[in-house]
Amino acid sequence: MKLWPTSRTARRRLTILLAIAPVLILAAGLTLWGLSGSISLFYTPAQALAAKVEPGQAVQLGGLVETGSVVKHPDGRVTFRVSDKEASATVDYQGDLPDLFREGQGIVAEGVFDAGGVFQATRVLAKHDEKYMPREVAKALKDQGDWRGDGERPAYDKP
Amino acid sequence: MITELGAFALALALALSIAQSALGLLGGRRPALAGAGEGAALATFLAVAAAFSALIVAFVTSDFSVANVAANSHTAKPLLYKVAGAWGSHEGSMLLWCLILTAYGAAVAVFGKGLPASLKSRVLGVQGLLGVLFLAYTTFASNPLARLIEPPIEGRSLNPLLQDPALAAHPPFLYLGYVGFSVVFSFAVAALIEGRVDAAWARWVRPWTLAAWSLLTVGITLGAFWAYYELGWGGWWFWDPVENASFMPWLIGAALLHSAIVTEKRGALSGWTVFLALAAFTFSMLGAFLVRSGVLTSVHAFAVDPTRGVLLLTIMAIASGAGFALFAWRAPALAPGGVFAPASRESLIVLNNILLTAATATVLLGTLFPLIREAIGGETVSVGPPFFNLTFVPLMALALMILPLGPLTAWKRGDLRRGADQLKVAAIVAVLAGATAYVMVSPRKAMASAGLALGFWLIGGALTEAAVRVKAFRAPWPEVRRRLTGLPRGTWGMTLAHAGLGVFTLGACFETAWKVEAAEALAVGGQLRLGGYELSLDEVGTVDGPNYLAERGVIRVTRSGKAVCTALPERRFFPAGRQSTSEVALCNRGLDQIYIVLGERRAAADGGPAWLVRGYFNPWVQLIFLGPLLMALGGLLSLSDRRLRLAAGNRP
Repeated sequence: MKLWPTSRTARRRLTILLAIAPVLILAAGLTLWGLSGSISLFYTPAQALAAKVEPGQAVQLGGLVETGSVVKHPDGRVTFRVSDKEASATVDYQGDLPDLFREGQGIVAEGVFDAGGVFQATRVLAKHDEKYMPREVAKALKDQGDWRGDGERPAYDKP
Repeated sequence: MITELGAFALALALALSIAQSALGLLGGRRPALAGAGEGAALATFLAVAAAFSALIVAFVTSDFSVANVAANSHTAKPLLYKVAGAWGSHEGSMLLWCLILTAYGAAVAVFGKGLPASLKSRVLGVQGLLGVLFLAYTTFASNPLARLIEPPIEGRSLNPLLQDPALAAHPPFLYLGYVGFSVVFSFAVAALIEGRVDAAWARWVRPWTLAAWSLLTVGITLGAFWAYYELGWGGWWFWDPVENASFMPWLIGAALLHSAIVTEKRGALSGWTVFLALAAFTFSMLGAFLVRSGVLTSVHAFAVDPTRGVLLLTIMAIASGAGFALFAWRAPALAPGGVFAPASRESLIVLNNILLTAATATVLLGTLFPLIREAIGGETVSVGPPFFNLTFVPLMALALMILPLGPLTAWKRGDLRRGADQLKVAAIVAVLAGATAYVMVSPRKAMASAGLALGFWLIGGALTEAAVRVKAFRAPWPEVRRRLTGLPRGTWGMTLAHAGLGVFTLGACFETAWKVEAAEALAVGGQLRLGGYELSLDEVGTVDGPNYLAERGVIRVTRSGKAVCTALPERRFFPAGRQSTSEVALCNRGLDQIYIVLGERRAAADGGPAWLVRGYFNPWVQLIFLGPLLMALGGLLSLSDRRLRLAAGNRP
């Protein structure tokens, strides 16, 4: 049996298939590998407690910054507590907070829990747009029934 | 009064674009109607331009009885940002989208003299249909010219992060790119209606693709540059959903640019080219939906409105659904086109297209994965840079590796060994450069060094290709000179774009791998070490801006005692929106930049005031922005090639 077809169109199809297949396999393989290893799960403090997140596992922690919990240390470190009304977690962050970071506002911190249960953040995100809070935080609060709306938008800004 | 005229012009534009689509589509068979379709396309554009001017006037005169102005402007804002405020909101940006959409329609009517009458008429008809969808959305669901019953005395001002020159220009360029693909989409649908996709069609599509892709490149670069210096994080690409949304049409556009060449020169891949033409604008619309609906959490999405996301999704479903349904119906009838050997330029371009589309698919999956996961009831997840580094980067690296071989391989049946032979010098230079970087630059990074080698490989490949074309080093000087001046501009455009990609790769790899970061809370007189540089905070003063108050640090940068520059980073507070932003100070050092952010004031250990000063040393960072500009320049240079001028395009 001849493996290489004689018809021109069949040959061309086979060539194209031979070119596409390895790329597709590579892309699919990389994607699966990437999705298994490098996505980070989002937790609110209560969910993180319930899920028993292991120290050192990269996750995102979201919630509201507790009023009065922000401490700015002279060495540049900042600590604050993030809460979801059920539980709260201490976040330790070395760096400049986003311009829209405020007490009482929703934020998302990326990082790991250390052995003592303190969240060591590598990045803290607050939305640029002060009207909304991060979607995950809003959803988590809604799921818990702690949602009190986006805040009243002024009359002239109603869609 | 002007606002009402503008609102009327917008409604008129909707009516005119309905006429344009009807006349254009019918005009495909009845030439008598085709002229009227062209007239309607011009009139639609003028009407939208009138509406847009009315919005600009409302912004410049701070007419707070217009809801959109009240929400996004402020009397104290500088004029540039009053004008830019017109597209800083959801409603205004959709009007800008419509303006550009109809401008492209008018451009086809004016510049498409060489097109066959029936094709031109149908293109205008399809463009008119797209206009109907978006104008109806703007008029009924997101009218920027709506009035308020009780106008406020002062507006709420534009988000201060958007008050920046690069970001004032970013949306127009981005939309010129995004919406430019609408013309390509219309050409594809018109060709499917006619049932004919040939070399001439590909030649007419190419200039529009080139224009859209080049402008999109500029738009994305401006956005990346803005993120780089306005956010104060020292990064320029975060694989954020909003960034990915603009990047996917760019990748598909790049694939389309190349496959259209094959269709033009060899008549092959016609079905695939049409498919990409439909996909490019689909990704543009997907981008508009992702950015505007806020369905994905992004660090820099502005003017989002979830309630209207559904409408945008519907528009996308209608337009692309119809386009792809037509494709499924008509594509099997398209002529198969020329054959080519496995070793030929066509094959290499096919490989390029496969890699680019696979890369786009991974970006798409990574961007939408949180939504998919949530829809099937899983936990909330976020897909970050590690995923994209793992999937996108290897696929693109493969594409970059084969890139220089393409232009050196002949059409139909080429000789890969000959191309490889010609690229020997480029390969040696690349490997040497990579090895040097691995040995010399500390800390040692193998992947980044390989990336640098790849960048040199691309630049070397582009230069080699140009040298081969002009027969440099092989022919006597007069002939080389004749060839230098005689080569078509399209060829130089390609060389420039490919070299630009190499320049970008160099910058991206070097900056990402070897940037140095340092941060410390400094009192006045304090010092911070950043690599080989010393940053000393000499004083902090206050500055009164037009609509902000700022603290400005005077930071002296020295290197082993010698003065390098004085940086003046600011921390601005905008009373109108009660927001503060940081204004980064940049010191250029050749290709490198020293990037300094003045953080917020805090108490030092001794109780006195201190400021968190953050410094980055970003080596070769300028190449990251220079590279894409070279690519865009290459695209525009190709566009000016005589072969692609539409008037000269009426050859068979």
